[in-house]
Amino acid sequence: MAKEDYEVVIGLEVHCELSTKTKIFCSCTNEFGGEPNTHCCPICMAMPGTLPVLNEKVVEYAVKAGLATNCQIARNSKNDRKNYFYPDLPKAYQISQFDMPLCYDGYINIETEEGEKKIRLERIHIEEDTGKLNHDDYGRGSLLDLNRAGVPLIECVSKPDLRTKEEVDSYLKKIKSIFEYIEISDCKIQEGSLRADVNISVRKKGTEELGTRTETKGMNSFRSISRAIEYESNRQIEVIENGGKITQETLRWDDISGKTFSMRDKEDAQDYRYFPEPDLAGIQLSEEYIETIKNALPELPESRKKRYLSEYQLIPKAANFVTSSKYYSEMFEEAIEICKNPKIASNLMMSEIARILNEREEEPEQIPFTGKELGELVELIDKGTISSSISKKVLEELFENPKSPTKIIEEKGWIQISDEGAIKEVVLKILEANPQSISDFKAGKDRALGFLVGQAMKETKGKANPKLLNQLFIEELKK
Amino acid sequence: MAQITRDEIVHIEKLAMLNLSEQEIDNYTKDMQEILNYAEIINNIDTSNTDETIATTEQFNKFRKDEVIPSKTRENLLQNAPSQVEGMFQIPNVIN
Repeated sequence: MAKEDYEVVIGLEVHCELSTKTKIFCSCTNEFGGEPNTHCCPICMAMPGTLPVLNEKVVEYAVKAGLATNCQIARNSKNDRKNYFYPDLPKAYQISQFDMPLCYDGYINIETEEGEKKIRLERIHIEEDTGKLNHDDYGRGSLLDLNRAGVPLIECVSKPDLRTKEEVDSYLKKIKSIFEYIEISDCKIQEGSLRADVNISVRKKGTEELGTRTETKGMNSFRSISRAIEYESNRQIEVIENGGKITQETLRWDDISGKTFSMRDKEDAQDYRYFPEPDLAGIQLSEEYIETIKNALPELPESRKKRYLSEYQLIPKAANFVTSSKYYSEMFEEAIEICKNPKIASNLMMSEIARILNEREEEPEQIPFTGKELGELVELIDKGTISSSISKKVLEELFENPKSPTKIIEEKGWIQISDEGAIKEVVLKILEANPQSISDFKAGKDRALGFLVGQAMKETKGKANPKLLNQLFIEELKK
Repeated sequence: MAQITRDEIVHIEKLAMLNLSEQEIDNYTKDMQEILNYAEIINNIDTSNTDETIATTEQFNKFRKDEVIPSKTRENLLQNAPSQVEGMFQIPNVIN
């Protein structure tokens, strides 16, 4: 059988660091970075005799996440102790949630090539992050920094509803965008505030029974997640094709070699000995509490998309793009306050801004200017002050030196030439230099006009008003 | 009654990252069995009319406000560490 005869079944466990001011069980700052062991106290360092107290914002943020992903919210919940031995976990147990998570039975819709697809969520629960083990180049053992120990996390577990790496990418981007909209996390995958473990199994197409799955960890970018899925699903198909069996195991992705390696197999399976955390009180959420959080939720991407389609008549592709990130969406809304041309604004974002970000390998939150500048730029295009080719240069400049686009075009001398006399001069000059194109045009070759316009644009460094230019060429050619 | 095997002790030894002698494994197999036998008493209690315990305290919603309180200095926190390097706990290599 070939690779095409197999279906890949994927489920995701997404860990997301919450952007509360303090840690989950103590009043230490939750700020990222800092000198080693300076964001710590006896509680998060697990000194004997200390007791945890749950941060109320952690519960609130988790409930927000649950409501924004169509989850049921538990009225009764609790924390559980998950026991395992690893030096980055100072208590030798992690306080997590086992059988009574705060949120359960949710779903989100993702965009796929075949249209919208519903991905079910099994649960969202709260837990604490671990510390960080640093490798020491001088052979002085492992060095432990507990700044991240006790940072609040939510773990969001999907059902095995994903089938391709493209769907996984779309799912992760949607989760990231939702969590950004509701402002519970900064979701920076490169800083580790958003992490995903991938459960993968394969089965022959048309069969129902799930194959044995492996869990892959350790990916630190969207790209490495895609690569890990590709590698691991092919590996499994190969094993089965060669008559082998998949072992249920935990794998570590190595980005340099592009392979997965076994961390532990079923024989080593951890026995976590979960039990209710005796050091914490239970959690009971009232209807009013949940209602209050629900009412305070900001408008979510789904609803914004619908609004952009109906209110601003954006095409679906543009509406999807603009709502794919909170930062895009805020920029767009700010821009159209000023420019009243949603179409140009969304087009510039989708084509130019996305391209520049991609080249710079940056994320939407790193855009150094605001929707105000974008709106002003759209106005300049709309009024014919600059051409669309100049607008691309203005955007490049905005990324380098963010300031008012009007100032930029004044300083750079990029204002569009709309003076008929000046343009006519250029038109005549280009026609004189290109007699072949004149005869081509008269012989019915419309492409000749495009060539002439291009030459005139080159001559004016893109500053000629294209509409006027076209019109004057046609007038002259028809004489 | 739950029976513990020597293999299970070896498995627990591995998970707990211990290094036991053959004699110690034999001893633990015997001791753990006795502990299990003793705990078996609990299994004999009739719990059919008792609600499942979800929290070991009768208390609910003991929350803390999300406000930063600066803690002790690093020197203070690390003062009892057997060894430290550059403000970090120095521990045996985790990955060989």
